[in-house]
Amino acid sequence: MKRPRIGVFKFTSCDGCQLSLLNLEDELLDFVGLFQVAYFREATDRPLRGHLDIALVEGSVSTERQRSHVVAVRERTRYLVTVGACATSGGLQALRNWADIDDYKNAVYPSPAIIETLPCSTPISDHVYVDYELWGCPVSSDELSETLGSFLLDKRPGIPGYSLCMECKRKGIPCLLIARSAPCLGPVTRAGCGVLCPSLERPCYGCFGPKEGANIDSLLNVFRKSGLSHHDCALLLDKMNTSAYRKARTREGPP
Amino acid sequence: MKKLKKEHLRILFGGLTESHRVIGPKIEGGVVVLAEIAVHDIPAGFEDRQMAGSYRLVTGERPEIFSFSAGPDSFKRFLHPPVSEMFAFKSSRTAIAITAPDCQGKPLAFIGVRACDIAALKLYDKVFLGGAEKDQCYESRRKDSLVIALDCSYPGDNCFCHAMGTGPSVMDGFDIALVELDASFLLEAGTIAGQRLLDVLSLEEVTEGDMKERSSRTERCLGMMKKSIRTEDLPGLIYRSLDHPRWMDIAERDLECGNCTQVCPTCFCHSHYDFVRLAGISPRAREVSGTRVRKWDSCFSRNFARVHGGNFRPSRRARYRQWMSHKLAYTFEQFGLPGCVGCGRCITWCPAGIDITREVEALRDVR
Ligand code: SF4
Ligand code: SF4
Ligand code: SF4
Repeated sequence: MKRPRIGVFKFTSCDGCQLSLLNLEDELLDFVGLFQVAYFREATDRPLRGHLDIALVEGSVSTERQRSHVVAVRERTRYLVTVGACATSGGLQALRNWADIDDYKNAVYPSPAIIETLPCSTPISDHVYVDYELWGCPVSSDELSETLGSFLLDKRPGIPGYSLCMECKRKGIPCLLIARSAPCLGPVTRAGCGVLCPSLERPCYGCFGPKEGANIDSLLNVFRKSGLSHHDCALLLDKMNTSAYRKARTREGPP
Repeated sequence: MKKLKKEHLRILFGGLTESHRVIGPKIEGGVVVLAEIAVHDIPAGFEDRQMAGSYRLVTGERPEIFSFSAGPDSFKRFLHPPVSEMFAFKSSRTAIAITAPDCQGKPLAFIGVRACDIAALKLYDKVFLGGAEKDQCYESRRKDSLVIALDCSYPGDNCFCHAMGTGPSVMDGFDIALVELDASFLLEAGTIAGQRLLDVLSLEEVTEGDMKERSSRTERCLGMMKKSIRTEDLPGLIYRSLDHPRWMDIAERDLECGNCTQVCPTCFCHSHYDFVRLAGISPRAREVSGTRVRKWDSCFSRNFARVHGGNFRPSRRARYRQWMSHKLAYTFEQFGLPGCVGCGRCITWCPAGIDITREVEALRDVR
């Protein structure tokens, strides 16, 4: 049997999610045995040629060149999977979507004129069809391995769409929101991180993005009743998934 | 019925810990949870203040050992663990080999089980043992477990067991039943296993005064219960209200987070996942090995109602309605028992503070 060809691509991002792939450690040898790594800049110099069975795409689209590059990746790929908050929702850099890009350029760079960038940082799914999205900042290695395994077994990956609270309750963690009025984003955030923050008595701050059908306004009402201002509430959402949380707030759908 | 001096509770504990994992109340993160405990872990003297969507533990004035009410956990976490392996599998070109897990472990003894949870346990027994196929792990854990029940001295602020006909006094379904009095516990054995544990204790006779104290305590507990559900028109009310506008109003507030279902002692829904690591896949030999894992799930998870071709409960309105209807209507037909035992957990642990007692009442409003 021919090993499926896999490519790993990077757009605007910090490389952390690609590292999650390298962090598979125990499974890394199995990974290279089961897949033919056709393109992966973190691991090999091999140039990109031919078609791909799977493309793992990290990072958001924030330059003109990336816009055409992601289309080129899609065209040669059977299954395109986004990995991480940047690729799936635009990332932390999407904070610029709510400001004037020239202000940022002028504040950060000595010669702002040479910076070529789009005014917005956007998720891959704004540009091409995406087959599966892995959330997280960074992605969970377990979900990555599950998704790759599912491809080989020809089954749908078991990526959870339910809330972090479900995972939190399974772990038996005393609820920070109920017992301490902490502004925990768990009720509107997708499970998958393994409840890292609440396990350490820190409220969830949303690395895994909005869960399916997140009712964000209702949760913010709860936070406001315990004393948070409108501004504080907005700040809670404006992090690495700012774009996705804002979109989820305005999305029309059956309540 | 006999009487045990309060300071001798530790002797009962001592006898239990030899043969059992004693599961009881303990403070963690400012909350009374259930865990494997020693007698001194019981948070004697603590009181919980509960509201819809709020819980605080305070040191109070109450003289009882069991001065607090139930927290988010119940027996469910131990008899039907949140994540458990159902079996390991290995498939090859010619066969599939299945290996059952060993769920035997040291038997469990639950101490301080409230009347509402005993009613929930009866429902659980029907769910996991009442059908043609029994859940083997549940069966082996349940068969060896001991239930040491407790009459509530104080209700939680969100309790309504009396309305649901389940408490606050324990009636049956126990190995030993405890009633806490000022200076002692009243004890009653409900099974031979329970009697054996009592036989080794130095017990006293119960006086008429003790019985009076017992009934006045029950009266006091009932008098302090703040919440209620009128049950006379259930389940009919639910069936008549399937298109009530209130469901829409709830959907505006509902977070669809599933906390209510995870803390509810009668919610039993779960999903199965086949978990295969990359190391378990060998395309050349056409072998796949992995485990089937069961996790608590919820009618509030979107995927829970996804079938081939779509999702038959696409809105929050439909999901909340399904949940409440299952609690207050469908379980009567399914198991002949109410699906809500009035423990109030879903009210306290709902971040949006959605209160089942108020929502049922709202369904009675003329539209
Ligand atoms: S601590 Fe946060 S994630 Fe956990 S149950 Fe409470 S609200 Fe949900
Ligand atoms: S529905 Fe709520 S009050 Fe009723 S048994 Fe479940 S958690 Fe307790
Ligand atoms: S009723 Fe409350 S706890 Fe249950 S899903 Fe809705 S918001 Fe979450």
